[in-house]
Amino acid sequence: MDKEKLITPGPSGYMPTPGAFMGVELPPPGKALLYGEIVDEETAMREAAKAMLTRRNPTIFPGPLVLWGWNAGAMEKAKAVLELAMEIPNCRIIPMPDYRPKYPKIDPEAEINPNHPNLTILHNKIEACIFVGVHCHYANLSLRMIRAGTNCFTIALCAEMGHEDAMVSLRDVHAEEIRKFKDVLVQVRKELGIEWEPKLPPENPSLPKEDWTKISPLDFGEYAALLMPRKGEVVEESE
Amino acid sequence: MGLEYVKISPGFEKYMPRDYVDLVTFGQFGKQVDVMQLGQFKELVEEHPMCAGCYMAYFIRVFYAALPNPEDTIVLGTAGCARLALSQAAVPFIYGNYGDTNAVASGLKRALSIRFPDKVKDVVVIAGDGGLMDIGFGMTMHSWFRREKFTTIMVDNEVYGNTGGQESGMSPKGIQLKMAPKGKQFDKINAVELAQTAGCVYVARISPTNPKRIAKVIRRAILAAREFGPTFIHAYTSCNIEYSIPTREVLADARAREKKDFKFYEWMTDEVKEYLEEIERKEKEKAKQEVQK
Repeated sequence: MDKEKLITPGPSGYMPTPGAFMGVELPPPGKALLYGEIVDEETAMREAAKAMLTRRNPTIFPGPLVLWGWNAGAMEKAKAVLELAMEIPNCRIIPMPDYRPKYPKIDPEAEINPNHPNLTILHNKIEACIFVGVHCHYANLSLRMIRAGTNCFTIALCAEMGHEDAMVSLRDVHAEEIRKFKDVLVQVRKELGIEWEPKLPPENPSLPKEDWTKISPLDFGEYAALLMPRKGEVVEESE
Repeated sequence: MGLEYVKISPGFEKYMPRDYVDLVTFGQFGKQVDVMQLGQFKELVEEHPMCAGCYMAYFIRVFYAALPNPEDTIVLGTAGCARLALSQAAVPFIYGNYGDTNAVASGLKRALSIRFPDKVKDVVVIAGDGGLMDIGFGMTMHSWFRREKFTTIMVDNEVYGNTGGQESGMSPKGIQLKMAPKGKQFDKINAVELAQTAGCVYVARISPTNPKRIAKVIRRAILAAREFGPTFIHAYTSCNIEYSIPTREVLADARAREKKDFKFYEWMTDEVKEYLEEIERKEKEKAKQEVQK
């Protein structure tokens, strides 16, 4: 294994040795982790930006600390995440709204679950991703699982001390730091000669295309009884 | 939790899965729903991996619909069938080690009252007969002796259903089970009397045949626990697999047991009675005023 790169994109096999056991230490304030080594924040940001700009299907996985507007800081951070997403070409947002297990299975195009994050990553062929707003214990679980079974380049934007099992881990990341990362990403994008007009990623595919709340069976008069759809049924054409 | 936790960050509404958008829009957070409206709002627990015909699954469904403040509730469970559905609900769930649910709940309730002194946070333990009356017996009793202010609900399927059908303290005397071929030698533990003696301020025994009654009992137990002390509900939730009850006869079995040894029983202290009557009187008045409007 490359001595400089302890933590690299996988698949590194079932139950890989945790970064901490391989001697990776969390970075001090002002520093970051790049492939398990402590480096300057700027260097780590540039490498992360390059991964998001050059690898296939770059995706942001926002966690509950960003998705739910539980305080002003969370809402500001959410705004910054959207600004970042706009600058990454063909970026997608796949949320992790909570950590509960889902029966029978999650919809891998609509969400990611920390108990089996590989399902979402493999289904969508994601090769670079950003974790932001995920509680540390679940981020650790997911990051190691992703390294075990996928070739995804993981970037952890952590509000605390960072994560050993991510290829790039920034610490103390709040709205301001996300915007700083965005500026670095835009700069790297220009250096790479990638042209991109900022735009928001596509919306969640699980959301209904029509506003069902405005439809009432009464709208269909005497035919209402014939038009009650079964659960999950969408009638697209009718005579 | 809290209502602020069920508000999607601005801008992210179109990136959330439909399930969560529906929970916020059509769910029961911040509202008081009638259990008879089940199916007309987005429920806190929907899909779960419990057996077909499981009466515990039905009880848990009604339990979530009956919560007075789901956004300020934490549910604790332990090994056993119930946790399969509890862990999948949109309410924070803590999995205690087998038997220590009431000890964890004690610490949690105290911590919540220190962390959120101005807010009411409900803690509810839902565990089986093994978790509360066998392996967790000591922890359960001592939480009641200490007068901890949370609700304990025992979903009694009268067997260790997850591990192949061993007898539990709550199995009826003489019953033969797969892993108890000689038949149980002792009587069923009288959990309700134990709870009364140990210091619970509200105690109920119920065979869940009437959803309105289940909801009322759960609500009363949670409201009483907020102010006065431990509350306990003993609910019969048959295991149709280990007791070989055909799925279509599960409700009939619950009704039969209700007539036999699971007659509805409710007991509360005088001060709890006064408190609950006052709350229910105000709610009725409010409902009447809304109808008049």
